[in-house]
Amino acid sequence: MPERCSKYIPATCGEVRHMLEVVGYPGIDALLADLVPAEQRLGRPLALPGPMSEPEVMALGAALAGANRPAAAGACFLGAGAYRHHIPAAIHHLAGRGEFLTAYTPYQPEISQGTLQGIFEFQTMVTELFGMDVANASVYDGATALAEALFMAHRVGRGKRSRAVLAGAIHPEHLEVCCTYGLARIVALDSLAPGADGRVSLTDLDAKLGPDVCCVAVQSPNFLGLIEDLPAIAARVHAAGALLVVSVSDPHACALFQPPGELGADIVIAEGQPLGLPLSMGGPYLGLFATRNDLVRQMPGRLVGRTTDADGRTGFVLTLATREQHIRREKATSNICTNQGLNALQAAMYMSIVGPAGLREVAERSHAHALHLKRAVAALPGFGVPHAGPFFHEFVVTTPVPASEIVQGLLPVGVFAGLPLSRYFPERTHELLVCATEANSRAELDELVRLLGGFSPRAGGAA
Amino acid sequence: MTRPFGPNGTLGLAHEEPVVFARSVPGRRGWSLPDPEVAAADDLDPATLRAVPPRLPELGELDVVRHYTRLSQWNYSVDAGFYPLGSCTMKYNPRVNEDIASLPGFTGLHPQQPVASLQGALRLMAELEDALAEITGLCAVTLQPSAGAHGEYTGVAIIRAALTARGNPRSKILVPESAHGTNPATAAICGYQIVALPAGPDGLLHPETVAAAMDTLGDEVAGLMVTHPNTLGLYERNLPAICEIVHRGGGLVYGDGANLNALMGVARPGDVGIDVMHINLHKTFSTPHGGGGPGAGPVAVRAALAQFLPRPVIRRGRELSLDWDRPQSIGKVRSFFGNFGVLVRAWTYIREVGGTGLAEASRLAVLNANYLRVRLGRAFQVAYDRPCMHEVVLTDKLQRDHGVQTMDIAKRLIDLGYHPPTVYFPLVVPHAIMVEPTESESLAELDGFVAAMEQIAREAVEDPGLLLGAPHVSFRRRLDEVAAAKSPVLTYPFGE
Repeated sequence: MPERCSKYIPATCGEVRHMLEVVGYPGIDALLADLVPAEQRLGRPLALPGPMSEPEVMALGAALAGANRPAAAGACFLGAGAYRHHIPAAIHHLAGRGEFLTAYTPYQPEISQGTLQGIFEFQTMVTELFGMDVANASVYDGATALAEALFMAHRVGRGKRSRAVLAGAIHPEHLEVCCTYGLARIVALDSLAPGADGRVSLTDLDAKLGPDVCCVAVQSPNFLGLIEDLPAIAARVHAAGALLVVSVSDPHACALFQPPGELGADIVIAEGQPLGLPLSMGGPYLGLFATRNDLVRQMPGRLVGRTTDADGRTGFVLTLATREQHIRREKATSNICTNQGLNALQAAMYMSIVGPAGLREVAERSHAHALHLKRAVAALPGFGVPHAGPFFHEFVVTTPVPASEIVQGLLPVGVFAGLPLSRYFPERTHELLVCATEANSRAELDELVRLLGGFSPRAGGAA
Repeated sequence: MTRPFGPNGTLGLAHEEPVVFARSVPGRRGWSLPDPEVAAADDLDPATLRAVPPRLPELGELDVVRHYTRLSQWNYSVDAGFYPLGSCTMKYNPRVNEDIASLPGFTGLHPQQPVASLQGALRLMAELEDALAEITGLCAVTLQPSAGAHGEYTGVAIIRAALTARGNPRSKILVPESAHGTNPATAAICGYQIVALPAGPDGLLHPETVAAAMDTLGDEVAGLMVTHPNTLGLYERNLPAICEIVHRGGGLVYGDGANLNALMGVARPGDVGIDVMHINLHKTFSTPHGGGGPGAGPVAVRAALAQFLPRPVIRRGRELSLDWDRPQSIGKVRSFFGNFGVLVRAWTYIREVGGTGLAEASRLAVLNANYLRVRLGRAFQVAYDRPCMHEVVLTDKLQRDHGVQTMDIAKRLIDLGYHPPTVYFPLVVPHAIMVEPTESESLAELDGFVAAMEQIAREAVEDPGLLLGAPHVSFRRRLDEVAAAKSPVLTYPFGE
């Protein structure tokens, strides 16, 4: 008779005996012996640590958490794909409700209206933010959203257009994910490095366009923090008969700048983490995905639509499922199944609390803090800010010593100075990507400037 | 059946609630920031700025709390009741997982921090990788994939990379007909054509079937994707022979780990010949489903395939580090390191219940499923009536004579307080009703479910009309999915 090892197994020894009698076996081992050939049985206990009590596992978890130095608790100037914004307190409590947390995918709409209406509202908010017609219920993250967008553009091009141009400063990890997804060579990828000003060079873009191009993807704000000239890019891309895919580094930018949908984007994707999700070491995050009405049937991922029930009451269901893997199998638009449902709901909660004015204010504050910092750093001897174009809340700083030395040097004082670009571009040793948001206080901004000044070459010394 | 609603559409605790936009009151706010400490920016060209704000709702905090609290009350959930969804493993989601994952030492980590400041997180990830390797009998693990289908993608991409390194990625993947739809969809996006394999009359895949396909297709076959145990709840006992046939033909075997909850401490996929598999942490390892994610789908491989795993990989040592220099890697499959918050929850579960607790979970999951098989087999046809692993597939054969189908049975269960089982899947069983109790449910809960199913079987004979109109007392009754797809309304029509 098994001993009960875990508090998550309710069966008592007596109940196990009763069930075995009903099933007709003297023990669970006898049942398993009928199911699994002896030579395939493990035949030994798993070589894993034994069980722990709840207080013990809590202490162990706390010890591991304590062995980290969370950037969010210090002066954080890291961005580069994940952004620290204030998360209203109510969100954690609402998203943690067991009815949302422990529900399954809403395949049974009669008893899943909470998730379904919440996702319908989320889809609406995403389209409003991007200025687009329709958005899906989310994909995994910004990087996979970009890869899915390229696949979608390829489908729209019906195979005659097989090349996707990835233009300008797209997040290097997003590029790498597209390359991984391009493994099967379904879409030929053609990347175009940014010009000297950190933005897409329009003349270089012209040279890349052709009748075989299904889409051009650009990121704005781009990886270097700069706003691209989307109207000019859109005109060229559309003249070539291709789709324009716009990736947004931080969706707050769409509350401040003209949204991509108003500037000619056909598909807009973004990393949704900045909308109320914690940094959490890079996940779980949220891929936002929006497009135009006429392209909706080529869109990947789940969609919630409004309908009525048998009594004529408004309700919501998963719809247009004929695009999806559980119906279409190998002909599906994507293999995606489980996505980021709770994170999408959490982003909708964030947008509901912050509202249109709050989103604009978060964006304006972030920009103002970054501008303040950029100007102050530009005045430091030995430091420079190479890009003059319009930017949102991130910018590149050239440094008098290797940027990684600055980052390591400031870590002990709890300042996360930014991302050395050498992380992705080994030759760019003296460049630091710095981000400021509304969550950085004036004191933090000024302290960073003071600390960076400590790396300036001494007056009269070798510059 | 109509119900007496109040003037605002509310009945008792079932609050009607409009879409959030309809609650909006211009000028209301629910957030606050410190007073500005920095001058407003003066550098932006006004022509590039947004002129018309997005139509997001304007709400106070209580409005938002009430809106989402009411929405939450329209959801079924594991917290509220039994969820017998086959192949979905809706086990209890322990709350200590949530508490540990919510520690600021985890939630506050920026993925671009120097690794010296991430040592606890890397230690946790390394421990989780090692535990999954031991449980699956494989050698190396990536935690990067975000969900099961994403893990499948990663695994098949690894197979493709390994075969490409040998000189030929090949063109076809064998997939049993009972597979989850993600398997063929995954193989297709990895550039493979699908060859469907039938199961034998016993529901199992047979070596002769695989051998015949290999003989016909030869070196076109990149490999086999197999769910183990399969979606009929049956242990694929022929896998050692099947894997050998695939390997002999130069292919690799992918294991879909959706049903790993039957196997922990019982048998290991790596030991029977599977080369690559994904693991759904949101099924087997108790992390919540979240109404459709986030999940996590780590992938385990045998040693010879470790070089192809996504980068970076965690390098062990007193100081842990990240190894990005992986020339053979398939590359990244998403940003950063995976759904870290989900990984923390799975790690917590594994450490709390321990190796013995995992094995006990699988043993009880199998016993519970067999108990339901015997009990439910009195009123329903069991598709393969012999001992099963962690789930059992029924059909509506005995009810169809009365004009009642699987969907009606499923919908009637809602009236009786249960989430319906997985229905019409696997496709190889017509009108399937797939029940997976998990180890979480008590005998009383299982008996309650049996009583509900037996009542439905009686109703199918005595009052089939009752079933055809079900559910009757749920928050919403059957929804018009045809109308939803015919003229889709996918966003709120403002001004309606």
